[in-house]
Amino acid sequence: MAGTHVKTTINGDSVEYVCEADETLLDVLRNRLALTGAKEGCGTGDCGACSVTVDGRLVCSCLVLGVEAEGRNVATIEGLAQGEHLHPLQRKFLEHAALQCGICTPGFLVAAKALLEKNPDPSEHEIRFWLAGNLCRCTGYDKIVRAVQDAAAEMRGGRHAA
Amino acid sequence: MQYEAPATIDAAVGLLSKAQGLARVLAGGTDLLVQLKSGTLEPDLVIDIKRIPEMTKLVAENGGFRIGAAVPCAVLGENAAVRKLWPGVVEAANLIGSTQIQGRATVVGNLCNASPAADSVPAMMAANAIATVAGPNGKREVPVGDIATAPGKTSLAKGEIVTSVFLPSRPAHSGDAYLRFIPRTEMDIAVVGVGVSLTLGDDGVCKAARVALGAVAARALLAEDAAKAIVGTKLDEKALAKLAEAASAACRPIDDKRGTKEFRIKVAGVLARRAAEKALERARGK
Ligand SMILES: Cc1cc2nc3c(=O)[nH]c(=O)nc-3n(C[C@H](O)[C@H](O)[C@H](O)COP(=O)(O)OP(=O)(O)OC[C@H]3O[C@@H](n4cnc5c(N)ncnc54)[C@H](O)[C@@H]3O)c2cc1C
Ligand code: FES
Ligand code: FES
Repeated sequence: MAGTHVKTTINGDSVEYVCEADETLLDVLRNRLALTGAKEGCGTGDCGACSVTVDGRLVCSCLVLGVEAEGRNVATIEGLAQGEHLHPLQRKFLEHAALQCGICTPGFLVAAKALLEKNPDPSEHEIRFWLAGNLCRCTGYDKIVRAVQDAAAEMRGGRHAA
Repeated sequence: MQYEAPATIDAAVGLLSKAQGLARVLAGGTDLLVQLKSGTLEPDLVIDIKRIPEMTKLVAENGGFRIGAAVPCAVLGENAAVRKLWPGVVEAANLIGSTQIQGRATVVGNLCNASPAADSVPAMMAANAIATVAGPNGKREVPVGDIATAPGKTSLAKGEIVTSVFLPSRPAHSGDAYLRFIPRTEMDIAVVGVGVSLTLGDDGVCKAARVALGAVAARALLAEDAAKAIVGTKLDEKALAKLAEAASAACRPIDDKRGTKEFRIKVAGVLARRAAEKALERARGK
């Protein structure tokens, strides 16, 4: 099979690639586009390590076909920092030591960013519920929740000041 | 594997009807991609329905709502009007998987995957939802309860696609609810699921009710005797006990790692009662 030619937008940039019909978006990102931030923890939608947004919606890229991205807007962890400037969520994850091995971190960050865009002031319950599809074997989650709360507070403050 | 993303229902039906080997519809892919990757399914053709504009719409219609087959559950949950009219259906749909899964999974995919434990199905059956099916011979309307026939099997003929599910309008003083039992607090497959929908008269007496059970038989079932147990009552203690008994009696479960037959039968009764109480509260406008 010759593969399918796909034109899409990733983190604001126009991107073109050729992929097989049964290749997942996660495999395309990692193996064809060298965007290796999204991780494959399970490949079956259970762990959230592969989280990206497609047209603003949080999804598991392991359960999306690469060909489905045609004409869509994909955002990955690589688009979070602005150059050397870390996103508040990334800074707070570091400050709160909300990661150990780091495999789950890109997924948590992408998912948390999607949450804060929808709800800038989530309760702890809402944060835990929203992130229930992101698994972490290391941190015990508490530090992740604190980091998200702290980042949310800073981002709200920033908006007021601006 | 060939991938097609037609722009019209006719084109999708045409592709499906003419397909030589194994063809599958792709909605959110949260079942299909898992099956593809595990190798349990090796389709020759996958038809993505998400580029068909009318399938991506959730619209008000005749006092009810038409849910396009490509509408993800997250969109249902974000729609206040649907939540208000059919809170039980929306709560069932929103139980499917995580935030990430919600962004892709559809209720029609949940229906057509034909798992006996599919969460949205008992709730849609209780709501008397109707599926619209398009095929080589035109359109037909089917009660959602008649789509799945056995685990992984549907009544859809070759070339047929479910294009939408219609949630009807409902009289005043109506309420519905869906409850499931899972060993964890979220992200798990139902051991038992129960959907109840009911309507009260101005006197508070139950005028109509539908009760549907999931994960207790080869497909979700309508428990008519359980519904009869509460119609004509104010859902007093006696009526609720009868409802629970009838719901348990309707079960034809299997033993598996999630639960024994005895456990499922017992839990079906308990959940039917709790779901009825929740539906009642909603019908009373609390
Ligand atoms: C991590 C995870 C958690 C999950 N949790 C739950 C849960 O809690 N409860 C639950 O019930 N399910 C759960 N599921 C299963 C799945 O998410 C649901 O069944 C979902 O509703 C399927 O919808 P979909 O749009 O993704 O279907 P798809 O995977 O696209 O399709 C499912 C099947 O239906 C067929 N199909 C789809 N649309 C149509 C159509 N319009 N016409 C004809 N055939 C069609 C497909 O060909 C395929 O065979 C979970 C899955 C994952 C990966
Ligand atoms: S790799 Fe996609 S959810 Fe685990
Ligand atoms: S930091 Fe190791 S899995 Fe989360």
